[in-house]
Amino acid sequence: MQITTVVNGKSFTKDVEPRTLLVHYIRDVLGLTGTNVGCDTSSCGACTILLNGESVKSCTVLAVQADGLELTTIEGMASESALHPIQKAFHDNHGLQCGYCTPGMIMATASFLKENPAPTEADVREGLEGNLCRCTGYHNIVKSVLAAAEAMEGAVK
Amino acid sequence: MFPASFDYAKARSVAEAISILSSVEDAKLLAGGHSLLPLMKLRLASPSMLVDIGSLAELSYIEDKGDYVAIGSMTRHHDISSSRVLKSEIPLLPYVASQVGDPQVRHRGTIGGSISHGDGASDLPAAVLALDAKFVVAGPKRERIVPATEFFVGFLETVLSPDELLTEIRVPKFSGGWSFQKFNRRAQDWAIVGVAAVNDGGTRVSLVNMGPTPMRARAVEEALADGASIETASSKASEGMDPPTDLNASSQYRRHLAEVLVKRALTEAV
Repeated sequence: MQITTVVNGKSFTKDVEPRTLLVHYIRDVLGLTGTNVGCDTSSCGACTILLNGESVKSCTVLAVQADGLELTTIEGMASESALHPIQKAFHDNHGLQCGYCTPGMIMATASFLKENPAPTEADVREGLEGNLCRCTGYHNIVKSVLAAAEAMEGAVK
Repeated sequence: MFPASFDYAKARSVAEAISILSSVEDAKLLAGGHSLLPLMKLRLASPSMLVDIGSLAELSYIEDKGDYVAIGSMTRHHDISSSRVLKSEIPLLPYVASQVGDPQVRHRGTIGGSISHGDGASDLPAAVLALDAKFVVAGPKRERIVPATEFFVGFLETVLSPDELLTEIRVPKFSGGWSFQKFNRRAQDWAIVGVAAVNDGGTRVSLVNMGPTPMRARAVEEALADGASIETASSKASEGMDPPTDLNASSQYRRHLAEVLVKRALTEAV
């Protein structure tokens, strides 16, 4: 069936099978391979994207459920000239090791900081409970999120 | 992993959803999809058709009705956990909603989907059971109201017939103590055992993952009503329960946990 989505500001109308998962639509149909598939069981959060501005795990959403909605993937974060403040904070604070979880971490952070612009460290750890880093690099990820909050003008408590 | 093939329809109204359910064999409702889609990906469920009601605006609301709060079945966990009305009138419910899964899951999952799925290991079904909620169920011929205590009948089985749809959850307000104890080993896991307690004159206690359905701990409630101490009442937590054994815990360990967690819950709520 035909679905229309606005992905990173650009509109796409495509034919998909009802059983196509949103993450496969993003990767295989649209060719945006920045969104990773990790566990494929809605546990690890590697496939996190924004659906109408809120974080979701795109391995557990059907593409047809996203018909008419706005998607933001990691490719939609940076401007042409500069990294998004969250990306920059991850870069500056070494918020990644192998990098596989990073797109999901950054998208989950974008949604989290919208809901809680001035988080404490404990808030960050709880707010990212849906994202796993198998390098266990959580310490610098949390540091990165706090730095991003500060850069985005949420005062860190 | 992806599901077996199925047909898909986005319902534009409750009436349209029910009419499709009545006419298509083995059609299933799709709410947020966070219980159903994982089962379909594992091929443990393969409905012929999904009727998507997840984006029906007429089923997403939280309304103060005086004695109770009416919650549309497609209201998401995220909206419940951040609701001002619920936080002030029924604080147990937004707290429990905030403990379901993780933020991504709470942005998609709905209270009606969770209740209709009827998983004894899920948090919200046990919460509405302790809150003595009532459910409004729409069908092809009539609407009926089912108390939570009569809704869950077996493993992933409720009184809903295949052509019925849960439209509203009516949760009575209460003024008293409450507690929700969720025991797990990792963030975002299901409860190994959970306890919801409400103390509103009488005390109501329900258990997560202590049987095929969410369970009311009747022996605990009766003991408290007869004047037993928290210590004595909580020792009856696993009476009448049939907890499962799985990778996380043995049945015997769950019985032990239930007693410990009921004691903690009652200490907080009573």
